[in-house]
Amino acid sequence: MEFKKIIIAIASGKGGTGKTTVATNLAKTVTGQTVTLMDCDVEEPNAHLFLNPEIREEEPVDIFIPRVDLDRCTHCGKCSELCQFGAIVTIKDKVLVFPELCHSCLGCKRICPVEAIEDDKKAIGTVSMGFSESVRCIYGTLKIGEAMAPPLIQAVKKAGLSKKVSDLSIIDAPPGTSCPVIEAIKNVDFVVLVTEPTPFGLHDLKLAVGMVRILEIPFGIIVNRSTTGDRQVWHYCHKENIPILLEIPDEREIAEGYAIGKLMIDLKPEYKNKFQNLMNKIHQTIASSAKVIA
Amino acid sequence: MKEIVIISGKGGTGKTTITASLAALWKNTIIADCDVDAADLHLLMQPLTKQTNPFYSGKLPNIDMNLCNECKKCIEVCEFNAIRNDFSVSKIDCEGCGTCAFFCPTGAIRLEDRHCGEWYLSETRFGPMVHARLGIAEANSGKLVTLIRKEAKQLAEKKGLDLILIDGSPGIGCPVISSITGASLVVIVTEPTVSGIHDMERVLGLTSHFQISSSVIINKADLNREMSQQIESVCKNCNIEVLGRIPYDRIVTKAMVEGNPVVEVDNGPVTQEIQSISHQIHNRLYSNQ
Repeated sequence: MEFKKIIIAIASGKGGTGKTTVATNLAKTVTGQTVTLMDCDVEEPNAHLFLNPEIREEEPVDIFIPRVDLDRCTHCGKCSELCQFGAIVTIKDKVLVFPELCHSCLGCKRICPVEAIEDDKKAIGTVSMGFSESVRCIYGTLKIGEAMAPPLIQAVKKAGLSKKVSDLSIIDAPPGTSCPVIEAIKNVDFVVLVTEPTPFGLHDLKLAVGMVRILEIPFGIIVNRSTTGDRQVWHYCHKENIPILLEIPDEREIAEGYAIGKLMIDLKPEYKNKFQNLMNKIHQTIASSAKVIA
Repeated sequence: MKEIVIISGKGGTGKTTITASLAALWKNTIIADCDVDAADLHLLMQPLTKQTNPFYSGKLPNIDMNLCNECKKCIEVCEFNAIRNDFSVSKIDCEGCGTCAFFCPTGAIRLEDRHCGEWYLSETRFGPMVHARLGIAEANSGKLVTLIRKEAKQLAEKKGLDLILIDGSPGIGCPVISSITGASLVVIVTEPTVSGIHDMERVLGLTSHFQISSSVIINKADLNREMSQQIESVCKNCNIEVLGRIPYDRIVTKAMVEGNPVVEVDNGPVTQEIQSISHQIHNRLYSNQ
């Protein structure tokens, strides 16, 4: 079967449902294709703990913040008037910059009538790149104390998707349904939502489904620890006509392996087939949703 | 007034399960769910909502096509590619910086307050609760967390209560920072796995960065003894107290499915350990006054 290059994201709503487990095992299952795994959970990146990539490059990522040239500044206050975030404040003959509030919109620089605002940089984290056998691994690490993850997530995706794009690109997304997740799953071909069959899992799954529907991305579901909890997730998926792509039972052996950083497919080689089937189902779902849209 | 915040770094380690149990044991505390992005605490607290309030934060441009001369200046100055070629605004991409409005030569762009979600004042069988729902794909979670904490404090004052119990979100970013700054005590729930330890260390870095007193609970402590030992030694080296070691027990999921805090339906080792943790937190909060 011939496949075009695709980008899939693994997301969840609720944390700790098994996003990283799915992303890493899937990355290591696929053969005969180039694979890149991008860990976009930059607040708590974990994929490298399971793939142990040999890191070849580590690049600092910084964002624009304004620096005011006080010799040129006329204290007209236009920058402060424009800034919606209170990140640049004019008080009499002083202009104060609060880097932690800045969203790097460059509005202040653009509006300044005397070009008194210059580029300054604020470091927000690093992007690390390397290989785990044939899988290219890229992950971001947000600097501790830094609030805004999206610009770093953008940098991770840029590193993985701007040149030499792999046949299969896998994005490990952060939990939740707000801006960091949106940044991670934006412009992908398919989203895999990992859930667990509990009230928390279902509640957050519904939010995640709402999110991918807003973004109009085709998606399917993996039920992890499928032998615990109740059957509500299945009822919901049936009612909403959402495909369940894979079920992973709750097994002590898998959990114990995860605890020490072991991949499921290494502990239980039969899972290689299951992840291969998952990949086939993803290709089929993308193909059929393309037909629906056409 | 004391604020205690339950966070974890890694998601799914048991923050909400433990928060709900502490709320059930303590009674008469203000319960606040600051995991506004994936709020689950209400599933165990079953609150009766008394008041629903809209949450507005940030701005969203509204382009009046009658005034627009299609010069595309707005598209040019937008750093976030949030204005499409047909002059519609992508809500998902817009940061609300307002630059487009300031540069529009015909004054066609008006900045409007952005509706980002709802917040609620509720009653539960364990005490009053403040919680929220951030709209799907919305931003400004940190501001909503700050609002919830402010409302929880006001409510505590009004009701003459001294303690606020806060359920936080995973990660170390914006909503987490907003939920822990100025708190009396942060309790980090971790698990004995490579990712649990890794994420706990990052979140301990965060609490030490902001100089907030913190302690640790090891959940599912018997899943891997070696990893649990490793957590203990990391904590020892950082001078962080381990408040308790909760064993893995299916009763926790069973209680969740029934919509109850586990301490309400169980008398076994899980409940006993949470009771002991509850005493230790109390001692810690009220002994060094």
